[in-house]
Amino acid sequence: MTITIHDLRKLPGSYMPGSAACPGCGATLAFRLVSRALGPNTVYIVPACCFSVIQAPYPKSAISAPLYNIAFAAAAATASGVHRAYKAVNKDVNVVVWAGDGGTVDIGIQALSGAAERKEDLIYVCYDNEAYMNTGIQRSGATPLKAWTKTTPTGKREMPKDMPMILAAHRVPYVATASVGYPFDLVNKFEKAKNIRGFKYIHILSPCPPGWDFPVEKTAEVGKLAVDTYFWPLYEIEGGKLKITVKPRKRPLKEFIRLQGRFRTITDEEIDELEKIVMEKWQFLEHLEKSERVF
Amino acid sequence: MGKEGKWEIITGNHAAAIAAKLSRVKVVPAYPITPQTTIVEYIASFIDSGQMDAEYIRVESEHSAMAAAIGASAAGVRTFTATASQGLLLMSEVLHWAAGSRLPIGMAVVNRAVGPPWNIHVDHQDTMSQRDTGWIQIYVSSNQEVLDTILMMYKVAENPDVLLPFMVCLDGFVLSHTYMPVNIPPQEEVDVFLPPYNPTHWKLDPTSPITFGNLALPDEYQEMRWSMDLAMRRALDIIEDVTEEFFERFGRYHGGAVWKYKLQESDYAVVTMGTMASEAEVAVDELREEGIDVGLLKIRSFRPFPHRDISETLIDKRGVIVIDRSIAFSSGGPIGTEIRSSLYNLADRPPVVNYVTGLGGRDITHQDIIAMVKDAIGRITSRRIRRPYYWFKLKPEFERIEISEEVRL
Amino acid sequence: MGLDDHAIIIPVSKPSKGSAGRTGLWRVERPVILEDRCIKCWLCWLYCPEDVITEGANGFPEVDYTFCKGCGVCADVCPKDAIEMVEEKL
Repeated sequence: MTITIHDLRKLPGSYMPGSAACPGCGATLAFRLVSRALGPNTVYIVPACCFSVIQAPYPKSAISAPLYNIAFAAAAATASGVHRAYKAVNKDVNVVVWAGDGGTVDIGIQALSGAAERKEDLIYVCYDNEAYMNTGIQRSGATPLKAWTKTTPTGKREMPKDMPMILAAHRVPYVATASVGYPFDLVNKFEKAKNIRGFKYIHILSPCPPGWDFPVEKTAEVGKLAVDTYFWPLYEIEGGKLKITVKPRKRPLKEFIRLQGRFRTITDEEIDELEKIVMEKWQFLEHLEKSERVF
Repeated sequence: MGKEGKWEIITGNHAAAIAAKLSRVKVVPAYPITPQTTIVEYIASFIDSGQMDAEYIRVESEHSAMAAAIGASAAGVRTFTATASQGLLLMSEVLHWAAGSRLPIGMAVVNRAVGPPWNIHVDHQDTMSQRDTGWIQIYVSSNQEVLDTILMMYKVAENPDVLLPFMVCLDGFVLSHTYMPVNIPPQEEVDVFLPPYNPTHWKLDPTSPITFGNLALPDEYQEMRWSMDLAMRRALDIIEDVTEEFFERFGRYHGGAVWKYKLQESDYAVVTMGTMASEAEVAVDELREEGIDVGLLKIRSFRPFPHRDISETLIDKRGVIVIDRSIAFSSGGPIGTEIRSSLYNLADRPPVVNYVTGLGGRDITHQDIIAMVKDAIGRITSRRIRRPYYWFKLKPEFERIEISEEVRL
Repeated sequence: MGLDDHAIIIPVSKPSKGSAGRTGLWRVERPVILEDRCIKCWLCWLYCPEDVITEGANGFPEVDYTFCKGCGVCADVCPKDAIEMVEEKL
């Protein structure tokens, strides 16, 4: 079943206006949509990330769902404990990790991998703003090649980890990428994930106006261009079978890159190089789509 | 007193696992480490064979073991885990998180030295380094005490005035792998003593949309820590109450926050913890036969620290001999430091001689304790306590360096 | 209230609008809905990162200016240019 905007508007969300998020935040946009898709029978486990601050200070919170804040490296393990406790008392609840890229691809990867290997019945969400944004823009294992951050002042020299594929290699029942630029694709993936038993991993590209240095009104546009330039392909791997869920609108990578100040030192030749890498990945995905199973 | 229990000859680790089963814990996340390993093996076999109705989470590290315990306890069920040494140290961050979240998680810690170099034998460096995490710490000296204390401490920890996690600390190998007769209480008696955990302070519940642990600014934070400290202090009385209730139902008494042995009207007191206290009991008997008037104060509860009980008990002594199995480098033994703190503001306080010994499993027998007591009495009577603490049972060549250090003072 | 009612202080927060204050004060430009152009596609609602767009009494989108941070995503995604960003004056 495909969700329409009218369905979505009727669903209750768990985000309350007036949070501490920056204007144009991709992460709050993602959370608004995800909380609507998941519904009220959901608890969130949040490690250190932008959302630790976005909630705003005690004794108030911008989140109207049950939410437990936990130490940086611990989210997937804590969520495992929550899920097993509910299981022990026969309660069926969506247990969701809502983590940034640092808490997912770097410091939290061990607990994440452990929970995935154990096939814990969780939805692990990485809202990926491609750097440590909460501490003021330092590189992470998810920061793209050539991107400026305060700890890569001349541009990052390494490729980011391919986290969705790392999770797919755990042979979990569901892995998906998403972007706030394609909200219906995003929401449909959560609709699907909540009805699958076992470990679900959804990696949402979450543009960050201050961290990526683009005009604050362009959050959705940047999220869309990331997909349409093949930079952030949207796919899902269900039961090992890969499916590309959005066909990019074949835009040159330059349009995505030049919208962002974090790539300001990049040359046109380097963009060509990057485009080659991006297209190789795309062709690889197309190839995988033809296989019976990815893993 | 209720129904009789059943006698079995078992290890301290087996006793800890049986205690978890009797406590009807619902979730056990655990990661193996020597010498804790058999605790989690026993629990895995209890659960897999259907003797125990609980979820077992085979986590990939101790950090995750404690993180999962936090999640389970936050979701409102009784939770147990066990660790030792490096494992406890890896948990450190989340130990603070568990206590700050006011979750009465239970944990058996099998005391083991920390590396490097690798050493799997007993000392208390691991738990002492975590003494300020907000966890209750009880040190025990027999396998029966392991079992009974875990049952008692769930009742203490889940008391609405406490709501803090607890660790029951048992000495590696000396208890964990040593067989002793243990009376296993009947499940129905334990069920009456320890009713199901039903948190009312907070829990992570899909019907209750609260946010736990978001930013607290300087205007709010300090009182939350004060509240933990108050709960820790109040736990002292609750430990005594629960100990009494346990005695009435099961007929066994190991002491409350402290255990006192031949202390009344003794001239000197030995203060120590864990299995060294069992050796000290023998030493006290032998010393008294020699005409040296000494008693034993075994500290069971290091956190909360029973300052008042200790100062009231020790005020009339001619001297106090404190034996520590860990070292706060350049400061002394952690128990020695606490005992001085208990006594310092008293007008006629007794002198304290503190020994650091038994590290990495170095065997400390009752004869060693007799030697320390005699050395201490010599120093006390000749007013030669020049240093806040003394190393004991170093090899002779290193002992010489220690003596020359003393001469230089 | 007894002394002990204050004894256990747990960092539990309650959901609340304006948890970070009146975030509308952060705004330098305000989105103004031009109802004559609006086709009620609700993309502005869909993409609003702050969830401040609701349906007004007249059936058109309405912005909660108390909390709207003025990012302008709504104006950017509007297919009919029916949202104008107007400078806030002191």
